[in-house]
Amino acid sequence: MSKINGVAASPGIAIGEVLVLEEELSYDRVKVEDVAKEKIKLEEAMSASKKQLTAIKEKVKAEMGSEQAEIFQAHLMVLDDPELISAIENKIEAEAINVEAALGETIEEFATIFSNMDNEYMKERASDIRDVGDRILRNLLGLEAQSVADLEQEVILIADDLTPSDTAQVDKEQVLGFATKIGGRTSHTAIMARSLGIPAVVGAKELLEAVETGTTVIVDGVAGVVIVEPTEEQLAEYQEKLADYQKRQERLTKLKELPAETEDGHRVELAANIGTPADLDSALENGAEGIGLYRSEFLYMDRESLPTEEEQFEAYKEVAERIDGPTVIRTLDIGGDKELSYLDLPDEMNPFLGYRAIRISLERTDIFKAQLRAILRASRYGQIKIMYPMISSLEELQAANQILAEVKEDLTKEGFDFNRELEVGMMIEVPAAAMIADLLAKEVDFFSIGTNDLIQYTTATDRMNEHVAVLYQPFHPAILRLIKRVVEAAHKHDSWVGMCGEMAGDRRLTPFLVGVGLDEFSMSAVSIPEVKEVIRNLTIQQAKEITDQVLSLSTSQKIEDFLGSYC
Amino acid sequence: MTEEQVIVASSAGIHARPASLIVQEANNYQSEIKLVKDDNEANAKSIMGIMSLGVSQQTEITVRAEGEDEKEAVTAVVELIASGFDE
Repeated sequence: MSKINGVAASPGIAIGEVLVLEEELSYDRVKVEDVAKEKIKLEEAMSASKKQLTAIKEKVKAEMGSEQAEIFQAHLMVLDDPELISAIENKIEAEAINVEAALGETIEEFATIFSNMDNEYMKERASDIRDVGDRILRNLLGLEAQSVADLEQEVILIADDLTPSDTAQVDKEQVLGFATKIGGRTSHTAIMARSLGIPAVVGAKELLEAVETGTTVIVDGVAGVVIVEPTEEQLAEYQEKLADYQKRQERLTKLKELPAETEDGHRVELAANIGTPADLDSALENGAEGIGLYRSEFLYMDRESLPTEEEQFEAYKEVAERIDGPTVIRTLDIGGDKELSYLDLPDEMNPFLGYRAIRISLERTDIFKAQLRAILRASRYGQIKIMYPMISSLEELQAANQILAEVKEDLTKEGFDFNRELEVGMMIEVPAAAMIADLLAKEVDFFSIGTNDLIQYTTATDRMNEHVAVLYQPFHPAILRLIKRVVEAAHKHDSWVGMCGEMAGDRRLTPFLVGVGLDEFSMSAVSIPEVKEVIRNLTIQQAKEITDQVLSLSTSQKIEDFLGSYC
Repeated sequence: MTEEQVIVASSAGIHARPASLIVQEANNYQSEIKLVKDDNEANAKSIMGIMSLGVSQQTEITVRAEGEDEKEAVTAVVELIASGFDE
């Protein structure tokens, strides 16, 4: 038995067998007499790989759409590549070596060509080639193929980190939990785990040394611990915890139909953050009244070129039609830690302070206009609202609104129908914007406070850097004062204020946020019932008192302790 | 032998999707088909060969074919590349 500490990334408890992704495959390099036999083995492994990939492609296409299936189409073409096959065969023949070594070395040669290119997109293709090579090798070695999409039994996925293409394929029925070596509460894996409702622990450093495929582990996504080869007592203890957890979830589910209202009738809106239309299921299950943040960048990621206006229109329309409340679509927010290889953005010293989000949109008006057109066209199908990310000055907001006005005019001329009253808002995630919220409020219908970046920029702390992560403090008095300032400025100008960062889903902060006057809370769907429970057990008077008390405290620690005492 | 020059219209150059369309088209013909950029050439029936040429937008490349249906093959591949792959 060993216990590995990590970061609690998604609540819940999972008990099961491990599937390690990306484990090293090993084989020997030996001389062979019968070259023809090696070639036959290659042919058989190739055709087995082809069958597997075709099946996965069809499954992914049926369950997740043709977009997600494209990557497997590309893998199939690599398998069929005449240059690859002849290179492997030549190597077997010329060096009289076994097929495993010939395959491994040839794949590595091709992958190296790609990883040496100066184009980021091409560099990433090296991993596709290695993926295909691994699959063929597994078939040669008689090992089971590894894919998250076609799991035959329930597993706990363990890896260095999970890529967006891994998580896009995850089958919720079969994947009980995640545990990864790297990442923090806001890394991609953590966000996806919460949006899929799968328990997860990330940043568990000694994880990969401690487990292999088939090991039994417990992933405790509440405490942030992975228990490897648990004892009988621990298993019993956790089975009980799991049952308790499920009971609690059931209790929270009952809250689903009830409004987010304090005992004395102060009503707020609880909404969900989503990345793709697929996240809507979880949002609806947890009783989201709307979508407070639809991250449009997922439409632009994992592909080779910009999505067309039509593709975007379909995706926005689907969400608007399925949800009964408002849908806030955030315009493209790339740069920072999210790259789009096909845009060929320059490498930067400080990407979070660089060319990103609205700064790109205002320059690449072709991209921005296509997106605004798609959003406006979809606005007939539900309560769609537009939100700009990363605004730091009034000029940027005015420039974005100017482009929006042009797009509306174009659409009108072309005879398109759209909601002319559509609400427009912006994110408050830069301290400069928070300080001039009164000036910005005049030009928008709403604000949404993006706390992840607001904390990072206000405390000058890189949340992914473990040496300073402790300084990244949602309870910092500066953050709480900025929030109060923004809410007051907005209300003065009859704008409403939401929050779409992690803080909105942290139940310890709920009384403060209600007391300060926040109108909308948008969070990972799984957090909605808990936050609702807190709100329903509060009066607005109590909330205001808590807020006053919090604002009189001087350190993050004091505030965290004080708020913790209410939970 | 038949050959013809063409300028790549696709906004992202020849990446995986365009490359796979070229391979699909090339496989319709018996001829040996090559894409030539500067001094490098690639088998047009090989996705990795095409992608490793690293062709970006507005680059001029040569399509060369040899075989029974070389004329038709060159015309079809050139047309596909010039079309920008219907982006």
